[in-house]
Amino acid sequence: MSAASTAEPAFVAKTKTGRITDFVDSRVGGSGILREFGRKVFPDHWSFMFGEVALYSFVILLLSGTFLTFFFDPSMAETHYDGGYVPLKGVEMSVAYSSSLNISFDIRGGLFMRQVHHWAALLFVASVAVHMLRVFFTGAFRRPREMNWVVGCVLLILAMAAGFTGYSLPDDLLSGNGLRIIDGVIKSIPVIGTYISFFLFGGEFPGTAIISRLYMLHILLVPALILLMIVMHLFMVVVHKHTQYPGPGRNDNNVVGYPLGPVYAAKAGGFFFIVFGVIALMAAFFTINPIWNYGPYDPSPVSAGTQPDWYIGFVDGALRLMPGNPYGWHVEQVWFGHVFTFNVLLPALVPAGILFTVMFTYPWIERWITKDDREHHVLDRPRNAPTRTAIGVAGFVWYSVMWAAAGSDLIATHFHVSLNDVTYWLRALFFIGPVIGFIVAKRVALALQRKDREIALHGRETGRIVRLPHGEFIEVHAPLDEYKRYKLVGFESPQVLPAVPNEHGVVTRKEKRRAFLSRWFFEDRVAPATPAELEAAHGHGHEAVEAAHGHGHEAVEAAEGSKSLTH
Amino acid sequence: MKALSQKRRHPLAAIALLLMGLLITGGLYAVATSMNEAKASTTTASASDAEEGGKLFAANCATCHGMGASGSKDGPSLVGVGAAAVDFQVGTGRMPMQMNGPQAMKKPVQFNDEQTHQLAAYVASLGAGPAIPAEDLTNGGGDAAAGGELFRTNCAMCHNAAAAGGALTQGKFAPALADVSGKHIYEAMVTGPQNMPVFNDANITPEGKKDVITFLKQIETSGSPGGADLGSLGPVAEGLFVWVAGLGVIIAFTIWLTSRTS
Repeated sequence: MSAASTAEPAFVAKTKTGRITDFVDSRVGGSGILREFGRKVFPDHWSFMFGEVALYSFVILLLSGTFLTFFFDPSMAETHYDGGYVPLKGVEMSVAYSSSLNISFDIRGGLFMRQVHHWAALLFVASVAVHMLRVFFTGAFRRPREMNWVVGCVLLILAMAAGFTGYSLPDDLLSGNGLRIIDGVIKSIPVIGTYISFFLFGGEFPGTAIISRLYMLHILLVPALILLMIVMHLFMVVVHKHTQYPGPGRNDNNVVGYPLGPVYAAKAGGFFFIVFGVIALMAAFFTINPIWNYGPYDPSPVSAGTQPDWYIGFVDGALRLMPGNPYGWHVEQVWFGHVFTFNVLLPALVPAGILFTVMFTYPWIERWITKDDREHHVLDRPRNAPTRTAIGVAGFVWYSVMWAAAGSDLIATHFHVSLNDVTYWLRALFFIGPVIGFIVAKRVALALQRKDREIALHGRETGRIVRLPHGEFIEVHAPLDEYKRYKLVGFESPQVLPAVPNEHGVVTRKEKRRAFLSRWFFEDRVAPATPAELEAAHGHGHEAVEAAHGHGHEAVEAAEGSKSLTH
Repeated sequence: MKALSQKRRHPLAAIALLLMGLLITGGLYAVATSMNEAKASTTTASASDAEEGGKLFAANCATCHGMGASGSKDGPSLVGVGAAAVDFQVGTGRMPMQMNGPQAMKKPVQFNDEQTHQLAAYVASLGAGPAIPAEDLTNGGGDAAAGGELFRTNCAMCHNAAAAGGALTQGKFAPALADVSGKHIYEAMVTGPQNMPVFNDANITPEGKKDVITFLKQIETSGSPGGADLGSLGPVAEGLFVWVAGLGVIIAFTIWLTSRTS
């Protein structure tokens, strides 16, 4: 053995595996990365896992999708089916549809993989949607995460685009009907619509190009963009660190939870297989998109019960809700020699436009109204932000009305009601549903806050009735332990911010509008119980009062002296 | 008996009791309804079919369709509708109609085969109309693939591509076609019951109708290759399933995974 030439003796691993590991590590620096990421802390809560579900669904989509590309042929050339499914034997169809049928009936495991792919797609968009609802209702989009919220919104749109391009590929009757609707929507765009449609389809619908074009988008462009956005999304999660629900010992400067390695990595790794297992079971036991039922695409037939997959449903529903000539005004107009097909243009583009505009800009809207530019890492419980919760519920109700309208025919047949009545009711709910949703959600949130306050001040009802010596009956209230009480009193309760003059001493019109919205946002509030109130309520030297002094002091103090709605 | 009383507080006792109650009620109901049916089938034909059918018509149908099936304000004239229309409407239980509504509903058949035949013979005797189809046209054996094409072009817009049924306006609907006999499907095509258009022999040839029936019977018997078909209702059923069952199971797992924590 040669003498050590360097100052510090070189580390030599004892085993062969150790030496190989050391060789790799000293060149790529894996241990440093692992040290950094292995100690990243993630708080544990079931509602934090939908982003993971979306990620895992996406991985499953890539795996199953790759399998499908081996056998799918995106050609619109005409052929006669000669596969194993008898009711379509000899029927003229496109090569794309024929190869989809072959995947379903003649390729070993093909139908299972098709169903895995489609169920995973539905679950992917659904988990993205639930993840976004969680982020919205807990206020996780606030500074510093506004940009990540936007990336998330882009991911939702990309997920919908991936889903729709995939839905169209088998070239069966259902997907062709869907494309025909898209073609109609494009053609309804004034002046340039027809040109875009001819460009997209390579001539008059359906043409012979659309399937291969959508295929390229579906397997190349859209997944690549999704992957890019996922990388940005996760990078920002690492930079910002994860949010956490309020609790004792948790504040905007820390993250309380488990480190990634080993516990959380094991959990997350196991969860991937759980998601995979759930999707595999669904694919094994439940048919999805039985393309053999629909037959080859032909522009003349349209099947009853033709709907898009759920995530496009709200646009289809809006189309179904649009009246043809409301109050005698014919919505299809010819102006300056061009046809303006408002009965398609308005429902197809306006609700989706409003929905996505509000979604993208909401973090800035709320920031402007509340003037809250602080960093937030502790989440709001939805009840503790009643107006935001109400806005979210109103939006969700609006979406759901359109969503339900996409299944109006099935509502009619399965509940034995008139299709016309379903449409009329949904039209009314389109306008009044969000208003009712807003009012109800806000009242429920305020009521829950009052309940929390009541429990914080007087303890939990035990249901035990005691008769005092002088004859009075009282119910015994058990005081909460300090951990539970923290959750009920440790939250911010911002107040109305009146309009303030700018540097010239002028209250601008914009500032007045902001003040008006601020009043709308915060005028109904239930302040958290203050330490003084807690002391008064518990009185007589209970130990429990001290708890209120210890934890949650800052948050409680912030709300002191404010207008509070006591019980 | 003691064992039974000991088990009465078992967590499943309520479910067992409920199940027992349902079985008894269901059983009694089944007995009661089959007794009614037995009564209805006691009459026998003695004279010629049309004559006997005329009597049945006068007793059961004339209230709405008028004496001699000439029609009234409550029901259309049946002169010239043919035996096929009667066989379909009475044979599927749609007539006699239980109540006025958007359309006559399918229900347990009120007349036995012989009485249905007599009624059909009577109505056929009033004027020429489509006859009950020959058996070789309604028993399948045609070209399923050609039938499928005819079905998708002519029928699927109301009945759904997988014949699962669909909605029409004002509470009317196209029913699902599973469990409908080939004869009734054929008769429906030639007579156009309820809101269905008539597909006469110039529109779809008898051979084509045979193919359509073959197709429907084929998809009915071959089942669903991909597992449970969720009603063959398309993406709405699939979306509902993934949101309720798929996400439901996933959420159960997320709660389980995060249950042993701070």
